[in-house]
Amino acid sequence: MANIQQFCTFFLKSEFFGVPVQQVQEVIRYQEMTRVPLVPRVIRGLINLRWQIVTAVDLRRRLGMEDRPDAELPMNVVVRTDDGAVSFLVDEIGDVLEADEDTLEPPPRTLHGQARELVRGVYKLQERLMLVLDTERAVSSGEEAARPGSPIH
Amino acid sequence: MNEEDIVKEFLVESYENLDRLDQDLIALEKDPTNRDTLASIFRTIHTIKGTSGFLAFNQLEAVTHVGENLLSGLRDGLLHLTPEITTGLLALVDAVRQMLSNIESKGNEGKRDDRELIATLTRLLPCNDPSSAPVPVPKEDPKPEPALQPSLNMGEILISRGAVKASQVDEAVEQQHAGDPRHIGEILVDKGAVKPQDVLDALNTQQQAHGQSAGDSTIRVDVSLLDQLMNLVGELVLTRNQILQAANTSEESGLLATSQRLNLITTELQEGVMKTRMQPIGNIWGKFPRTVRDVALGCGKQVQIEMEGKETELDKTIIEAIKDPLTHLVRNSVDHGIESPAARQAAGKDPVGRLFLRAFHEGGQVNIEVTDDGAGLDYEKIRAKAVQKALIPSEQAARMSEREVNNLIFLPGFSTAEKVTNVSGRGVGMDVVKTNIEKIGGVVDVQSTKGQGTTVRMKIPLTLAIIPALIVTSAGDRYAIPQVSLLELVRLEGEQARKGIELVHGAPVHRLRGKLLPLVYLNRELKVQTDTPQSAEKESPSSGKTQVQEISGVNIVVLQADDRQFGLVVDEINDTEEIVVKPLSKQLKSINTFAGATIMGDGRVALILDALGLAQRAKVVSELRDRAVSEKEEKQSASAAEAGQRNAVLLFQYGENGRMAVDLALVARLEEFSRDSVEVAADREVVQYRGQIMPLLRVSKVLESHHTQDASREESLQVVVYADRGHSVGLVVDRILDIVEEAFVMQRETRRAGVKGSAIIQKRVTDILDVPGLIAAANASQLLAVQ
Repeated sequence: MANIQQFCTFFLKSEFFGVPVQQVQEVIRYQEMTRVPLVPRVIRGLINLRWQIVTAVDLRRRLGMEDRPDAELPMNVVVRTDDGAVSFLVDEIGDVLEADEDTLEPPPRTLHGQARELVRGVYKLQERLMLVLDTERAVSSGEEAARPGSPIH
Repeated sequence: MNEEDIVKEFLVESYENLDRLDQDLIALEKDPTNRDTLASIFRTIHTIKGTSGFLAFNQLEAVTHVGENLLSGLRDGLLHLTPEITTGLLALVDAVRQMLSNIESKGNEGKRDDRELIATLTRLLPCNDPSSAPVPVPKEDPKPEPALQPSLNMGEILISRGAVKASQVDEAVEQQHAGDPRHIGEILVDKGAVKPQDVLDALNTQQQAHGQSAGDSTIRVDVSLLDQLMNLVGELVLTRNQILQAANTSEESGLLATSQRLNLITTELQEGVMKTRMQPIGNIWGKFPRTVRDVALGCGKQVQIEMEGKETELDKTIIEAIKDPLTHLVRNSVDHGIESPAARQAAGKDPVGRLFLRAFHEGGQVNIEVTDDGAGLDYEKIRAKAVQKALIPSEQAARMSEREVNNLIFLPGFSTAEKVTNVSGRGVGMDVVKTNIEKIGGVVDVQSTKGQGTTVRMKIPLTLAIIPALIVTSAGDRYAIPQVSLLELVRLEGEQARKGIELVHGAPVHRLRGKLLPLVYLNRELKVQTDTPQSAEKESPSSGKTQVQEISGVNIVVLQADDRQFGLVVDEINDTEEIVVKPLSKQLKSINTFAGATIMGDGRVALILDALGLAQRAKVVSELRDRAVSEKEEKQSASAAEAGQRNAVLLFQYGENGRMAVDLALVARLEEFSRDSVEVAADREVVQYRGQIMPLLRVSKVLESHHTQDASREESLQVVVYADRGHSVGLVVDRILDIVEEAFVMQRETRRAGVKGSAIIQKRVTDILDVPGLIAAANASQLLAVQ
């Protein structure tokens, strides 16, 4: 029983994701955003989180999923990273769950697209599968995508 | 005060003294006869020795004791200052500094063996000095000679002024020794020996002598406390802005008046707090004479350092941030910039190199220059090196100006691989210097004349935290433009709006007082033109708004970037505001168009525009010109066709019998990929192509041809590789037919997404492909970007 971890969970479309709870700073409802021109699409904007400016990364876009309908406002899962707080935009928030590491498996080889590098593993929960997101990667690889504008390659 | 506090105080004081000591020693070396400097050095060492004896730091005491002996030898003229002695004394300062830092971290001087240092210093002593024994005798504090210190004794002052006779003073002193608790002055006044006024004057003299250094009017404050205050003031400024906004829309006159007052007080408070954090740049420069001396000695050069503008003040955080880059530049100048004395003489220069540091305020910024009169940069070598290292393409290198080439030394990777001596030496870690300076919103530039020297110039903001800025609106979003880069605002109304903007070969310009000002449209630069769905926000459809704006008037913000001026065209100019600069997260930092972000009065975030980044992005002229050229070419090709000129096109088949032509100039290569090599990324088909991931576009799918073949049956894919500025897309076609050169006239009636129009080629109706349109239709542009 030693390897039980807690996860903050959320939904993207019908898929179920989890982030280790100690990486999560807070979960907040939709915030107004200021869009940032010239950046990759995955960065939806900047939000004012109690006078801190936090970058919002749309996980749907990050994972190469279709955009959520305009009428549905995303929720913010604010995670701590080495570079300060970053907010993940998700569809819906789930419960905080405990998962046993024994039920963890690496992602299937058939996993395609960006998900391949962003999903660290899959927990086989009783009722469904929970995909564990690599937060650092989900945040940082947006950075490489931001480079095409630079004059020297 | 407990012992811990005493030690702490001792440390703080000693560190300060040591910094001065370095400077004093260098000064003394230049002018060995300056008794004031010598006295100052002597006092510093003496104080450290005394206190360390009191606090029982014996090693420290032992080392400083020898130093003191040496210094008293110098002072008494028994010794003459030689470079050896200076080196010895500097080594002593280093040893003391090490011990102090050990005391700070561990509470003791640390395990060390200073016998060698003590022996060296002792050897330098005049041999007849009776007190040269390395064992300290703390009781025997040699009193500094009266000539070196202003006379501070009340009796002496009075005697020297002729206010009292020496015998009377002696009497009073004896009385004191006998147990009289009164001061000398009091005894004398009570005796009627002096007038009270004389004593008061003497007291003033005394206080002045003390006061200059001791400074009862200053206190030490923890920097973290100042930082905290600064943050609080930052928040206060934001809140003030909010209240001002609320008050302006409010009916209550009382609130308005109060908020105005709050405004004033906040501004003053902000200035006050800012001032507490200002430090003269001399604080970091003070260490440079020593650095220069050490580096110069180490590489056998002679360098003289000069400074101007030591008193120029900067925010503490900025001082901290520029300390290392500056030190680096100074070392670099001595190590690589200035030549050896022989080489200098051969070149007809003074064998002593000159390093000149200058700091001055200009337009709300601080300029810092590091100039040497060394060999200068060899820009041909730099150019060759940059090309060899593939930092820039050779054709770009060929086009660059001398100054642009020189600035290549700031590129990361320019210097790391080899010892830089073969590029005339510069460049070790110059990228780090640049990064650090840019981190605090500064700019670095290098100018050099071969054989005459190099100047590195930095422009640095006075403070980071709060800056005045102009707020503008573009496509419904607000942006802040730092006042520093703002020159003026121009508004063109009505008729002027149409006439005031002219095109120079496609590049919009405005005649500003007879000079051409290149114009940059913020919406276009930021690609936030009306078509982005997000731009709708809650503002009225911004498309309509923008158009109305363009008809009714044009707002031009004239900006200064580096040494160029350009006009930024925005939708609306709102107001000037004090904004608190907050850094952008890592993912956004690579975009140099933005200097940061701030929170506006209504709580929403606004981006801060970086004038220089924007100018670079807009290439103020060249990119616009490229566009102009391509537009012109398009027109030309159309007219050429009308005139019956021949065009080279690639013909291919899409679907079962669709024929299509693409301009051969746009085709990079024709490739064939096996089905197995197609992989999927981001829900799209891609292939690995020359070490890159190239997205594939199936032309027939995108154009939704009705004759689509079942793709899965094919063994291999015919791909037309289309390249645009280093990025490539593979267009999957069903069959490549031919390359023809033929005159044709394009008819635009059949124009649709991805198709420019149609023409009769080889006697058959052929669609003409519009590659950018096709990519847009496939919404694959972001794939282009991902590479």
